[in-house]
Amino acid sequence: MITAGIDVGAKTIKAVIVKDNKIVARSINPTGFEPVETAEKTLEEAVKQAGISRKDIKKIFTTGAGRKSIPFADNNITEVTADAKGTNYLLPSVRTIVDIGAEEARGISSDASGKVLDFSKNDKCAAGAGAFVESMSRALELTVPLMIEISHKSTKEAPINATCAVFAESEVVSLIHTKIEKADIAHAVHDAIASRVCSMVRRIPIEKDVALIGGVANNTAIVEAMKKHLGVEIKVPEKPEYVSALGAALLAAA
Amino acid sequence: MTTRTKYKTAPLKCWQKGKELRLEAYNDLATGHEQGKLLVLGCAATPYGMLAGLGDFVFLAGEPYGASVAADPPVSIPAMETYEAKGYARDMCGYMRNFLGTMFQDKYYFTGGPFPKFDFAWSVRHCPAGHPKWHQIVSEYQGIPMNYIDDETMLAIDGDQQARIDYVAGQYLDSIEWMEKITKRKYDDEKGIEAMRNYFINEALWGEINLLNGAIPAPIDIKSMFALMPISMLRRHEKVATEFLTELRDELKERIADKIAAVPNERYRMCMLTPPPWSFLKVFRYLENYGVVFVGTYVYLINSGEVKFLYDEGKVVPAIPPEKRPGWKTMKNREDLCRTVARWRAEHPFQSHLDTRKKEYVIMFKHWKANAYLLLINRGCVPMTTSMYDFQRDLNKQGIPTSMFEGNFADCRDIDETGVLDRLETFLEGQGIQKIQDI
Repeated sequence: MITAGIDVGAKTIKAVIVKDNKIVARSINPTGFEPVETAEKTLEEAVKQAGISRKDIKKIFTTGAGRKSIPFADNNITEVTADAKGTNYLLPSVRTIVDIGAEEARGISSDASGKVLDFSKNDKCAAGAGAFVESMSRALELTVPLMIEISHKSTKEAPINATCAVFAESEVVSLIHTKIEKADIAHAVHDAIASRVCSMVRRIPIEKDVALIGGVANNTAIVEAMKKHLGVEIKVPEKPEYVSALGAALLAAA
Repeated sequence: MTTRTKYKTAPLKCWQKGKELRLEAYNDLATGHEQGKLLVLGCAATPYGMLAGLGDFVFLAGEPYGASVAADPPVSIPAMETYEAKGYARDMCGYMRNFLGTMFQDKYYFTGGPFPKFDFAWSVRHCPAGHPKWHQIVSEYQGIPMNYIDDETMLAIDGDQQARIDYVAGQYLDSIEWMEKITKRKYDDEKGIEAMRNYFINEALWGEINLLNGAIPAPIDIKSMFALMPISMLRRHEKVATEFLTELRDELKERIADKIAAVPNERYRMCMLTPPPWSFLKVFRYLENYGVVFVGTYVYLINSGEVKFLYDEGKVVPAIPPEKRPGWKTMKNREDLCRTVARWRAEHPFQSHLDTRKKEYVIMFKHWKANAYLLLINRGCVPMTTSMYDFQRDLNKQGIPTSMFEGNFADCRDIDETGVLDRLETFLEGQGIQKIQDI
């Protein structure tokens, strides 16, 4: 059976095609202002990559912030359910999942079958999400990859105390003006995000193993900071940004 | 949980009458002076039946008025902007901001006419965060006298109840003298006692009505209860309220006997601890698409009503009016009235210590046969939000699922409707509850 999952995220749309419980294609595109067209294009790219035709797909499930806006989907599921299913497929030992996307972060507690037991989400705050990293990289006049790279070279603690992305940006600007090294500021930004996310994740029971998924899981500086704040090893699956779409595809096959 | 029974449903027969009684109370405030009635402002927890000793009166509890304005964003937003333009903070009580905004605009919400000028403000000290300040602002703006009873509601602490009763009863006695002085009216003890008797009876009736929602299917949904609650909240001292609440209670009993449901697809029951976000009541109707019925909220069980918790048995039963309780005296004079009111308040569940309150939350959850609690981190009310995470942890420890969201019960600008719905859908999905049409 061939199914597809599409994660209609705030910043990117991801599609995963699963055939007989195996991933056969992945595709990603910036969401832009036309999510339906982008979702269509992303799915078509995945179909091409899988070497199948569109009509071979038996079911399409969507997830993500724009999951209800895709007219060609058979059903939609929430990100929390999709995350738990996708992570369980990739890392079966994981019981606590942290998903940091562009605009939202989530903590999910799941059982051995990938069923959600509890979850927490950030409320009205972008300071614990990927968009904040990008905003701070602009303030530091660095690309995101470079910001991650220099963050690992930090030698001094530079505190960012604000719990709000807007105020945190002014703190970063103040740190720049006080001649703090960019590496230390980059490190502080990552540490601040990890601190906020971990504070939210602690609302659910944190059981080993712990995984970080979502686009931000590709940021090694945040993975390091999360490890420090939670005091546990953090597992990151291959291509963590596709986990929600994968979960949706697997649920479509269920 | 996944049973797909479809129940019969029918509108409430007394619905129209309830709406009329509610509107009558608010309209009375616009015409009260013409009818020779005193107009008095206070908070909803005030035992305002006592005012009847001064003659006919209309009492405006600011909270339900603030909630009504808040439920109407095109009116609420300009009202709050007017309040903010006067230099008052945006993080104060949400009800107060709506109330004061319309007062500064001189627009009474229910008639569109001028805002009522009160004769005085008289209240118990309710909500440490803001209600005394609220009434002080009205007092200064309208140039009216104000008297507060130092008898804290909410977050009360355990301690010497007798000393407290003596202290509070003395204040009620003093405040009656104060009222006589400022109104130049003689206080009639009999009338005050009679109205407080009605008040106690009606309060117990509203508590009993809430308890009837322990039936499956629930005979009334929370949104309808919110619409009828002002009768108990604003007219608790009146016989007409007794007649209506008795009629409503009896109708609900009939619905239970006939298995007439508020939500025909009922299959998941939720309850709350706090007031709802008033501008977003549609959330309750929306969730009915999932077969979710909201069966009650703790706060209005004990704010507009009274019940008796049997902690050792883990049960809740209807309250008995104070004079009929063992060891209580029949009220015969002013002192009896003041002492009864003081003791009744001291022993009321509304005064429960936070640890006792946790037990009450669990008892109500079981009584209502609920599946989960919906919790609100309310930016518009500090006391209602205090300890919410602690409550959530405690409920979860006892195996009670909770879904929590952040917002404001009286400021539509401070609630992310899409985000709240997304959170609730995620929670329900985790509970195995899908939209009915998707099944």
